[in-house]
Amino acid sequence: MSVQKLPLAKAINESLRKALETDPKVLIMGEDVGKLGGVFRVTDGLQKDFGEGRVIDTPLAESGIVGTAIGLALRGYRPVVEIQFDGFVFPAYDQIVTQLAKMHARALGKIKMPVVIRIPYGGGIGAVEHHSESPEALFAHVAGLKIVSPSTSSDAYWMMQQAIQSDDPVIFFEPKRRYWDKSEVNTEAIPGPLHRARVAREGTDLTLAAYGPMVKVCLEAATAAEEEGRSLEVLDLRSMSPIDFDTIQTSVEKTRRLVVVHEAPVFYGSGAEIAARVTERCFYHLEAPVLRVGGYHAPYPPARLEDEYLPGLDRVLDAVDRSLAY
Amino acid sequence: MTVESTAARKPRRTSGTKRASAKRTPQPKTSEPPLVQLLTPEGERVEHPDYAVDLTPEELRGLYRDMVLTRRFDAEATALQRQGELGLWASLLGQEAAQIGSGRALRDDDYVFPTYREHGVAWCRGVDPTNLLGMFRGVNHGGWDPATNNFHLYTIVIGSQTLHATGYAMGVAKDGADSAVIAYFGDGASSQGDVAESFTFSAVYNAPVVFFCQNNQWAISEPTEKQTRVPLYQRAQGFGFPGVRVDGNDVLACLAVTRSALERARRGEGPTLVEAFTYRMGAHTTSDDPTKYRADEETESWQAKDPILRLRRYLERQGLADEAFFAALEEESETLGKRVRDVVRAMPQPDSLAIFDHVYADGHALVDEERAQFTAYQASFEDAAGEGNGSEGGN
Repeated sequence: MSVQKLPLAKAINESLRKALETDPKVLIMGEDVGKLGGVFRVTDGLQKDFGEGRVIDTPLAESGIVGTAIGLALRGYRPVVEIQFDGFVFPAYDQIVTQLAKMHARALGKIKMPVVIRIPYGGGIGAVEHHSESPEALFAHVAGLKIVSPSTSSDAYWMMQQAIQSDDPVIFFEPKRRYWDKSEVNTEAIPGPLHRARVAREGTDLTLAAYGPMVKVCLEAATAAEEEGRSLEVLDLRSMSPIDFDTIQTSVEKTRRLVVVHEAPVFYGSGAEIAARVTERCFYHLEAPVLRVGGYHAPYPPARLEDEYLPGLDRVLDAVDRSLAY
Repeated sequence: MTVESTAARKPRRTSGTKRASAKRTPQPKTSEPPLVQLLTPEGERVEHPDYAVDLTPEELRGLYRDMVLTRRFDAEATALQRQGELGLWASLLGQEAAQIGSGRALRDDDYVFPTYREHGVAWCRGVDPTNLLGMFRGVNHGGWDPATNNFHLYTIVIGSQTLHATGYAMGVAKDGADSAVIAYFGDGASSQGDVAESFTFSAVYNAPVVFFCQNNQWAISEPTEKQTRVPLYQRAQGFGFPGVRVDGNDVLACLAVTRSALERARRGEGPTLVEAFTYRMGAHTTSDDPTKYRADEETESWQAKDPILRLRRYLERQGLADEAFFAALEEESETLGKRVRDVVRAMPQPDSLAIFDHVYADGHALVDEERAQFTAYQASFEDAAGEGNGSEGGN
């Protein structure tokens, strides 16, 4: 296989397979990742081919999963753990924040923590509560963690390779509603840096910055805006920690307008950080305040209301209109 | 089923423990289950049907020396805190036998996951005691390389390290190694979910780990009764592995029981919970005031069970150590105390840019940016001072 069209979930599956083949220290751990292949089948077939010693069905205890992954990393393994859904990561939050994130620093560099935590995140699949959340800012706030989220199958494949090779802990947010979207993967390409943003569509009038599931919405918004004669640039940020502010700055200095879009609540979200930094870096270039489109300061609503809660095409275009009105 | 009836079904009592139990005052409200004891508080050797130790006089003197030097180091650290040289100290006073006994049961290739009070275990592992003081002086968060002595950094979040130990032990088993792992924690930690999860994981994966719980009766101000309604060692049964209560002030029993548990782990028979029944003679830390929550009589009753005194009585009674030995050890203790004082006082103030060191192994753009900003900010003061304005900002 070199170039092929794959669903995003399958691209991650292929990437995990490649990692298991390449490095005997790589382990897959999580609830139902074995015979079932995970509730989204991302690890489908891996236990069959690599055995129960490499693809480990764990007890149903998230803190235990991450805590034992830390111990395995101390022993020289490179665990890739799956948290079944975004809303279930919190029992492990203590281990991630107080232990995993700080271990390298408190050991003055003598310990490395090559642990990847995969979290299917975001809404749009009509799920019950705790299955549709976007908690990335709660992790991006913590020094010692790296946070990424792919939006394409190619990035899903390559960013997973790079996350597993990283000697730092990486939280890998998988846009679950895009799991079935197909796009091209070249497994022999030379990937760019893990934490660099990608210009997904070039434009001149305004920049839309998004990541994960919202990149597709922003691209659709750019297509719709084009019909009205507006040229929107779309950035796929790919990494929330670190954030590639240089690429954002270059784009905003060109377009002079920025709208940040994410599913996570706007309040204290990554859009707030981006708005503050862009204001510092591009103050004299901006024609309008940086606007944000995202979730509300309310619990993620019941599925029948999620289309209203989630940023969709119209809400993005509304923000574009407001920005351009300045 | 009541606590009493559960306890009554565990027939582990020897004549030796019976005597010791009878003298314990004041007793907790419920009748306490028996514990493994090989050396009574009076310094008499007693036998136990399941656990035996056969140590040479030199080894016995070695255990005594370990405990005395650990106590001396601990006292020095407490004094250094009182002198303002340390920000805080967590004393192990009273727990020397639990730590030295278990610590000396370990092989070099075993791996230790301590709390923040395992100064005696650190001593057994060969960690220089002065390395333990960096975090309490505030110059680092742990000043030793865990891989050098297979002694992990101190863990302050209660119970977290039991999961790390379990994961590490899962790795040991995967590697096909015959070493074992020991996780230290306390009676307070036994209430943490992470400890319960570590019991589950280690049992399910049959991990070669020994859970060594020092039940020192107090989690800061809360007695063990606020943590559990059953003796802690009995928790293991529900997870599917054995638990044993040992006299935590009896260094021989702690050695024998830990050694047995480690051997069991090495044989691939999985985890064991050891509850070392001991007592925190001092405060939780130097910031604590035990007079607010516990009676002097209780502390005094444990004084009579002192771990060092009972081994000294045994050594003297058996003629295994002479005055010259005790005098030389006294001198060695004072030398250690002086070295600790000197090293602590000479610890350099860390470079302020160390804030940004080792946040990430592979680097991070934001850390680089903030380091550069901070460097420029600091340099701005030096520039001002260089201009000779003598302002306060120059300092």
